[in-house]
Amino acid sequence: MTDQPQHPEEQVLQEGDPDTTGHSWDGIKEFNNPLPRWWLWCFYLTIIWGVAYTVLYPAWPGISGATAGVLGYSTRAEVAEEIERFEALNADLRTQLTEVELANVTRQEAPELYNFALQAGAATFTTWCSQCHGEGAAGVQAAGYPNLLDDDWLWGGSLEDIQMTIAHGIRNEDDPDARWSEMTAFEGILSDEEIAQVVNYAMALSDVDGDGANAANHAYDTTLASAGENVFLDNCAACHGDAGDGDRFLGAPNLTDAIWLYGGSAEAVEETVRHSRFGVMPAWSGRLSEAEVNATALYVHSLGGGE
Amino acid sequence: MLDYLKLAMLGLVTVFAAIAANYGLDAAYKLHAWIIMAVSGGLFLWQLRRTGEPAVAVPTGEYMDGPVRAAAIATAFWGVVGFLAGVFIAFQLAFPALNFEWAQGYANFGRLRPLHTSAVIFAFGGNALIAASFYIVQRTSAVRMWGGNLSWFVFWGYQLFIVLAATGYLMGSTQGQEYAEPEWYVDLWLTVVWVAFLLVYLGTILKRKEPHIYVANWFLLSFIVTVALLHVVNNMSIPVSIWGSRSVQVFSGVQNAMTQWWYGHNAVGFFLTAGFLGMMYYFIPKQAERPVYSYKLSIIHFWALIFLYIWAGPHHLHYTALPDWASTLGMVFSVILWMPSWGGMINGLMTLQGAWDKLRTDPILRMMVTSLAFYGMSTFEGPMMSIRAVNSLSHYTDWTIGHVHSGALGWNGLVTFGMLYYLFPRLWHTKLYSLRAVSWHFWLATVGIVLYAASMWVTGIMEGLMWREVDAQGFLVNSFADTVEAKFPMYVVRGLGGIMFLSGALIMAWNLWMTVRSAGQKPSSDLVPAE
Repeated sequence: MTDQPQHPEEQVLQEGDPDTTGHSWDGIKEFNNPLPRWWLWCFYLTIIWGVAYTVLYPAWPGISGATAGVLGYSTRAEVAEEIERFEALNADLRTQLTEVELANVTRQEAPELYNFALQAGAATFTTWCSQCHGEGAAGVQAAGYPNLLDDDWLWGGSLEDIQMTIAHGIRNEDDPDARWSEMTAFEGILSDEEIAQVVNYAMALSDVDGDGANAANHAYDTTLASAGENVFLDNCAACHGDAGDGDRFLGAPNLTDAIWLYGGSAEAVEETVRHSRFGVMPAWSGRLSEAEVNATALYVHSLGGGE
Repeated sequence: MLDYLKLAMLGLVTVFAAIAANYGLDAAYKLHAWIIMAVSGGLFLWQLRRTGEPAVAVPTGEYMDGPVRAAAIATAFWGVVGFLAGVFIAFQLAFPALNFEWAQGYANFGRLRPLHTSAVIFAFGGNALIAASFYIVQRTSAVRMWGGNLSWFVFWGYQLFIVLAATGYLMGSTQGQEYAEPEWYVDLWLTVVWVAFLLVYLGTILKRKEPHIYVANWFLLSFIVTVALLHVVNNMSIPVSIWGSRSVQVFSGVQNAMTQWWYGHNAVGFFLTAGFLGMMYYFIPKQAERPVYSYKLSIIHFWALIFLYIWAGPHHLHYTALPDWASTLGMVFSVILWMPSWGGMINGLMTLQGAWDKLRTDPILRMMVTSLAFYGMSTFEGPMMSIRAVNSLSHYTDWTIGHVHSGALGWNGLVTFGMLYYLFPRLWHTKLYSLRAVSWHFWLATVGIVLYAASMWVTGIMEGLMWREVDAQGFLVNSFADTVEAKFPMYVVRGLGGIMFLSGALIMAWNLWMTVRSAGQKPSSDLVPAE
């Protein structure tokens, strides 16, 4: 066996084998073959290429700086140049976007600007907005990220409203113009019984067909619901309206439709009543240019629900 | 006297660990203090029982194969663990629901990913290299390992390092540097173990009975020396408190990034390339029973490889805050590295000249040769990806993941499997239990790697193209989420490739287990005189 050290299995040479170096370790010998020519020449070629490349491009460090290379190449300059090219290309349209009345930017009246705005808006949206609102802008239902494709708007769906929301955000601490409202957390204010009543009443508001389940198809307790009307009118109607159809000025959701931002189950509604919700959206006016904000507003407005 | 010194040391460490367990500021540190207290306390008792007993005669005329056996078993064990973790996180990427809510903070992707990479590189690869080093250096020097039980210390010390690192990752103790995640005290411990490793290795080479040092030993020695250097420099950090696991790196900003990738790339270069080339230079000539193709080639490519590799790190930082000159040099050295890397492949493949027919009948040799093919492929792919223009497409994409896996699974994995199939029968003085199972392992692993690499090429290039796609007015066309969605089918294929590779490794573990069982009683290789 090969691991018996006193008699290592010496490798047996075959006929026509080249010379060995004469060494042997644990039976392993080495041929004295020359370097393969193609290997050697490729090695030389890469070295020559390498030297030439370091002459052409920034490469060798010195005391106070490095060689800049004959070609004057720089990765930063390359990026700057590319950005500049597109900036110059779009400069006109960008300026127009900040100056025109947004309502006038339509397919009929300003087709070129309209197209540009939709492209720019879509690009901005995929980069900055899709994390919450989703790639297709359908939001994340029941998680508090509104769907932007429908016509149910918390803070208004006109171009100006959307532009305002994007620029200043909602309930953030960074922008004094952020849209702001805060629902009361009713735990401790209402009794458990009253909470149960108003939760069922709120669910009943969207029961259009009267089948004992709300529009999101969650069944509720009709007895509790009818007992909840007074609780609702005393505590909720100030913002959500007597009919429960909401108030966009306060960002108070419409409770009579099928859309439930945090889910329409009894548990979800009770969670909202007890502890309230506090959905935040950042203000984008600092991070995005005015043209980008306007473009995004036009894009969101164009998605289907714009008013 | 030495015994009493050991007792005092172990006693002190146990007491200190007990204090640390009490004052520990974070859970990982406390757990580690408990582990260290248990280990050193146990060793204290063990040492106490031996102290004063008559010394057992050391059989100096024989090879010391105990640590080799242990490291070979550990290689197979950690391999299976590492591949399993890899398969799981591959499916976590395809199906995010596998990041279970109840396991958040322990078994989510972010915690398991370093566990996978370290288990495969350092636990599987590291134990394979320890086994190979200890086995090869004794045989090719024709002497018993130097340092007595120091080689046992290296083995067990290294396993302790693995356990500390792995549990630390799961509990969030990390310094956030890729492949160098363990925190300061784990790094210090590894340094101690590594110095012992170097001493054992050098000591054995110095007392060798052969006039020359075999080429495998050049590579293995360069691996041990350079990894020590890389480890110490990249892990220089200041602990926030001696009672906590957190530390702050000495370098910051782009200097830290550069040091990290100087380390990271040479972990590939010296751990996964030079070390495994050492393995290759012994086991391929042995298994093929043919002399090494060219002594000249081995000299030239060895020195070229170790000289060039160390400069190639900056290619990990193209188009970042790193100055252009450093990025150029990293790229140029990487491209020049192409031929020196291929030197090892040529020397390995050409060693089969006159023995090619063995590939038909010997699945172990087939495994080793295929590993060289993957080595050649990834050492061509690497220099290509280091070119700035290519890198601007490939960087941060799954192409990189495919590249490292064709290297890690194809080259490191297959050559290690070949080594284990060679070693087990010889270390336990028996025959390999099943050659058919080796054949199954070979095909499962090879097809698995092909699925893995191919799906990652497709998804990586697609992802790179999607990221850079802009319309006529310069606006980005795709969002990040678009690319994630588009990658899904390839993620599933990659996971399937991983399952195949893991299945092969499980077959190997079973085959090796049966081999050891068939050996029956206590192995007797220690009883054969060396010279």
